[in-house]
Amino acid sequence: MSRTLSAPVTVAFDYTRSTGPVLGRFFTGLRDGVVVGGRTASGRVVVPPPEFDPETHQAITDFVEVADTGVVTSWTWVPEPVAGQPLDRPFAFVLVTLDGADASFLHALDVGSPDEVSTGMRVRVRWAGERVGAITDIGCFEPEARGFVTGARAPSSTAGATSPTAEPVTGIVTPVSLDYVYAASPEETAFYRGLEQGRILGQRCPTCHKVYVPPRSACPTDGTPTTDEVELSESGTVTTFCVVNVPFLGQRITPPYVSAYVLLDGADIAFLHLILDCPAEDVHMGMRVKAVWRPREEWGTTIENISHFAPTGEPDADYDTYKQHL
Amino acid sequence: MRDVAVVGFAQRQMLEFDGSPTCVELLVPLFEECYAQTGWTRRDVGFWCSGSSDYLAGRSFSFVQAVDAIGVIPPVNESHVEMDLAWAMYEAWLKIQTGEVDTALVYAFGKSSAGTLRRTLSMQLEPYTMTPLWPDTVSLAGLQARAGIDAGLWDEAAMAQVVQRSLTDAEGNDHAVRSGGSSVEALLAKPMYADPLRKHDCAPVTDGAAAIVLAAGDRARGVRDRPAWISGLSHFIDPMSMGTRDLTRSASAARAAAGVDLTGVEVAELHAPFSHQELVLRRELGLGGDVRVNPSGGALAGNPMFSAGGIRIGEAATRIWSGEVDKALGHATSGPALQQNLLCVLDADAFGKVA
Repeated sequence: MSRTLSAPVTVAFDYTRSTGPVLGRFFTGLRDGVVVGGRTASGRVVVPPPEFDPETHQAITDFVEVADTGVVTSWTWVPEPVAGQPLDRPFAFVLVTLDGADASFLHALDVGSPDEVSTGMRVRVRWAGERVGAITDIGCFEPEARGFVTGARAPSSTAGATSPTAEPVTGIVTPVSLDYVYAASPEETAFYRGLEQGRILGQRCPTCHKVYVPPRSACPTDGTPTTDEVELSESGTVTTFCVVNVPFLGQRITPPYVSAYVLLDGADIAFLHLILDCPAEDVHMGMRVKAVWRPREEWGTTIENISHFAPTGEPDADYDTYKQHL
Repeated sequence: MRDVAVVGFAQRQMLEFDGSPTCVELLVPLFEECYAQTGWTRRDVGFWCSGSSDYLAGRSFSFVQAVDAIGVIPPVNESHVEMDLAWAMYEAWLKIQTGEVDTALVYAFGKSSAGTLRRTLSMQLEPYTMTPLWPDTVSLAGLQARAGIDAGLWDEAAMAQVVQRSLTDAEGNDHAVRSGGSSVEALLAKPMYADPLRKHDCAPVTDGAAAIVLAAGDRARGVRDRPAWISGLSHFIDPMSMGTRDLTRSASAARAAAGVDLTGVEVAELHAPFSHQELVLRRELGLGGDVRVNPSGGALAGNPMFSAGGIRIGEAATRIWSGEVDKALGHATSGPALQQNLLCVLDADAFGKVA
């Protein structure tokens, strides 16, 4: 058995970015089937156009249409593509200097093996089927001769099929999705394995004797590893709370409901959970509550084994018993 | 300028860390080593600075939980950089220069194995025209290696020689996650991976953490007989786009070298996660053939993200402490294909000539 529990996690979101006048011009061109570079003060045509001249630091305002054909200036083989790359089969990443440009840029080249790519080879853009104004409008590059042989791509003169009256591109959306194997710390692992047995485990700092639940790898007060395991009561006191009135994506309980900090008896740090089984407006500081467990056959290594906390009906805790933990 | 020295160093490197991405449990023993080396407690540390990455950890504000390893009552003077340990150390050095504090403990951590490292690092690229293509770290290094081969600046054999020396030297480094030299011929007989790179040309995916202790003047002399005085610090950056850089060179490394005095450097720990990058750096830094490079085995023997650059400085410092050398260089890099470069020159003698 691994020392720690782990589970797959995917972190996914979209970056939405404004493009500004320079990259906006570049992306508008791609959408319309034209590659646009920027001319620097020294006369070099750079693709994609830099926003500022790297030598003079002046804004780039001189735009130049370049060809969708060019030459490979460096390449590397990608034997194991990762998610999101332009091709999902082995391919080459290449630096390509387009005809009419003086600097190369990075993209993918669709060839079947490293034997089919070489520095100096001629390539051309293979446009994406649907163009939206993004670097991925260039689906990839292909060897220059291939398009004519297969007829798979339209000549560049008809690539710009988008109406010239279309609005310029002012923003891009970049989806990000990253996969992780997320591991709990050894202390968190003990906590989750305890929950699987119906126990709530914390740890006591050997230096300051504070009890943390869930346990942490080190006492945040003095940095000492928290090594002494403590089994905690499933009863506690509400120290503070909020009534959730706002619906949100993924919400599993109909508002209003209460999310609260519960200071378990014997613990020195409050524990976040739900307070149910009573009207939301009845929840208050000092209220005594007790864990309500799901049916044992549903238990796993998860905090969800505890469905929620419910009022015990005991008199409220004295303020002095929890005032140090607010 | 105040004389500031590296007086403590601890590290962990491993292929896979069986623990949380905040690495708190890994940091506690590292700090204990630093306290043992210095004779200090955490209250002797005037400033804390960390380096790490939320993308590596897969969670936001990952550095905040790592602060548990310090203990923060009474509250501490703390900062964070989304950069390698070496840049955290640079911030701490600046903090000491302000005169506000005399001591600092800087640390960094990263669990590279939590995701697909070469893919995760696409998040540090130019976000409009590069990241959407998800160019992976190995591919970007491969483009650079090819450029140098095509230009006749190095060949596969020269790259294999770097690997052979690194893995042989790594046999003497208990922290190395990969070691064991064979021969250049045996290395060249291995299959190609990301042509022109073989797997041994690429640093191994490495989890780990490291910590460096800095102290000024007499605080440093109180810790060690031979503190590793920082006599030069310099860092520069190249453009984000690959196409506007000469990939066979590293202009930022050369610029950084021009800002410090490398005369008399006996040992250079260079952060070169790909074999050909050591060849680029040797040239840009103008290191002579008598300079011993990466006696620790370097990044090819272990490259814990966000720590490996700082580890180069720590490794250089230990050779000053031991009396083995009088002047050493630590180098750190960040970004694709040596985009950012930091140099830290360490001297056995303090002479306040940092300019």
